[in-house]
Amino acid sequence: MRATASSFSSATAALQARSRARVLIRTYGSLQATASARPSRGAGARPYTTYNAAVAGLDPDLQELQETARAFAAREIAPYAAQIDRDNAFPLPLWQKMGEMGFLGLTVKEAYGGLDLGYFAHTLVMEALSTASGSVGLSYGAHSNLCVNQIHRNGTDAQKAKYLPRLVSGEHVGALAMSETTSGSDVVSMRLRADKVDGGYKLNGTKFWITNGPDADVLVVYAKTDPDAGPKGITAFLIEKTFPGFSQGPKLDKLGMRGSNTCELIFEDCFVPEASILGKRNEGVYVLMSGLDLERLVLSGGPLGLMQAALDDSASYVHERTQFERPIGTFQLVQGKIADMYTKLQASRAYVYAVARAADAGQVSSKDCAGAILYSAERATEVALDAIQLQGGNGYINDTPTGRYLRDAKLYEIGAGTSEIRRVLIGRAFNKDFQVKSSSA
Amino acid sequence: MANLKIIVPVKRVIDYTVKIRVAGGKVETNNVKHSMNPFDEIAVEEAVKMKEANKAKEIVAVSIGPAKSQETLRTALAMGADRAIHVEVADADTVNPLQVAKILKGIADKEKPDLMILGKQAIDDDAAQTGPMLAGLLGWPQATFASKIQIDEAAKGATVTREIDGGMDVIQTPFPFIATTDLRLNVPRYASLPNIMKAKKKPLVKVKPSEYGVDLTPTLKIVSVAEPPTRKGGVKVDSVDALIDKLKNEAKVL
Repeated sequence: MRATASSFSSATAALQARSRARVLIRTYGSLQATASARPSRGAGARPYTTYNAAVAGLDPDLQELQETARAFAAREIAPYAAQIDRDNAFPLPLWQKMGEMGFLGLTVKEAYGGLDLGYFAHTLVMEALSTASGSVGLSYGAHSNLCVNQIHRNGTDAQKAKYLPRLVSGEHVGALAMSETTSGSDVVSMRLRADKVDGGYKLNGTKFWITNGPDADVLVVYAKTDPDAGPKGITAFLIEKTFPGFSQGPKLDKLGMRGSNTCELIFEDCFVPEASILGKRNEGVYVLMSGLDLERLVLSGGPLGLMQAALDDSASYVHERTQFERPIGTFQLVQGKIADMYTKLQASRAYVYAVARAADAGQVSSKDCAGAILYSAERATEVALDAIQLQGGNGYINDTPTGRYLRDAKLYEIGAGTSEIRRVLIGRAFNKDFQVKSSSA
Repeated sequence: MANLKIIVPVKRVIDYTVKIRVAGGKVETNNVKHSMNPFDEIAVEEAVKMKEANKAKEIVAVSIGPAKSQETLRTALAMGADRAIHVEVADADTVNPLQVAKILKGIADKEKPDLMILGKQAIDDDAAQTGPMLAGLLGWPQATFASKIQIDEAAKGATVTREIDGGMDVIQTPFPFIATTDLRLNVPRYASLPNIMKAKKKPLVKVKPSEYGVDLTPTLKIVSVAEPPTRKGGVKVDSVDALIDKLKNEAKVL
């Protein structure tokens, strides 16, 4: 070791003397152990991907955002995805991490801790997270779009200042409650009552299949303030889990999306102050319907992410797996499947990205938000089934994630409006052009 | 003594997940994902940790390379560096470690840092020479392959643990010194979106190599670049005797 002597004090001279007598600690064995146990970012941390960036055509800022989300998902979510699915356990510590990364308030103004970005950015993060875990993606969407974005779009300054900073930081988990056991597709038939009392409302009834319900601190809840007025009797409320009379049922045991907890919400004379109305009294249906368009758009990132994961795994698999002394990827029937999977993903992505770009340009097309998720969700189930078929026995066992992709993908044909309702919405939009009245469902 | 000034040189390289391909006698770089050399990420992380621990006051990231190296500098800024210096060179592939070390010496002479943390090597050319050469040019102590760096404020120096064959080597050094990072020094953070956005507003200055009087005329000629030969399949031997025979007469290693 060389050193210039000029500027050294006597203390550093002593240091130097000691440094010449190097201390050699023999820890070879433990060093090896540390090396293998420590998570590193070495080769193999990020798997092969078929994502075609040139065709996706993201601008540099969005590309950077996507890479950031992907790298986070690969390191913080992917290694735990199988366990989250197996244990059906919500990964709460991830929420604060996602908050620090800035993912939870993408569409929120900076004043409330957000990044003031658009719906395309939000959809890209939804896609990146869903590639690692469908259920984390779904809970993320429910939190950051259904709850956070609805409060941001419809809340008063006081409501936004009260709720958004902690939802955006990940300290709080958010949810939105619309469905009931007897009100699914026919959502305006909901029966949760909000009766006017002094200073606010008393809520009585239940909500069902509520994503993030068991974990939520803050919930956007729709209830009937005027039960005889049909759609015009619905009001949106902001509920805190500590409100007396509010309780959360046990989490449901689902086919897929396990770890994204779902439950019943129970309201028994739950008092909600007047200040907790989101939007205007009896105008909840506008909050609900306009929110659903954006919800469908952002959630479309979910099926894209699941398809990406299914295709990436499959493309690698068919080039590793050999039968008849050749990689099975060189057989035309297998090539056909891979080609179909890729084309379905690319077509879905092109549609979702186009609708997202239009939304950011101020054109939120209701029928295209429905179309984007209708198309991508059905393709995701098909692509996940193809992934299982391509991987044969390996694809069918639960040691590989292909079964999880399928189970997670199926939800997107059901949640945020079923495929059937989405078709109704698109069909009705054309009826409207010809001024024909649609049937009620 | 929260006043250390740290310089961290960072290199833009082909991303470590990319399968390297050779086309037209050179490594294909068109439409290939590039990112910060992983060992340099570790260097940035270490400097940012020192700042967070109130031991450092300023972190300056430096990159020598083409215009796109500014992306790498922005990453360093998003991770926590305070400002950046981009030394623009047209063809970074022909710049050798001694030239890089000379430019970095020029920057060190001007900036007068207490510490420079470099990656132990870049994953593209694997030269691992810049850190030691820079220490030599500056006449500073060097602590290479660091797996732990402890700043000792009272002694105006640091204790550095190095991974060497067969164990750990613990050395002490006064400021200013050169450290090069090994894989296990830390796990670098991912830059968060808010920090990526803030990084766009941090100062980044562009300078020319000539400002440091460094001649970048290539000193080496690349004769050829080729992909490694594909591995041929092996054979099974029937007995130990057959194996020994093959080792002796075919492989000629016994």
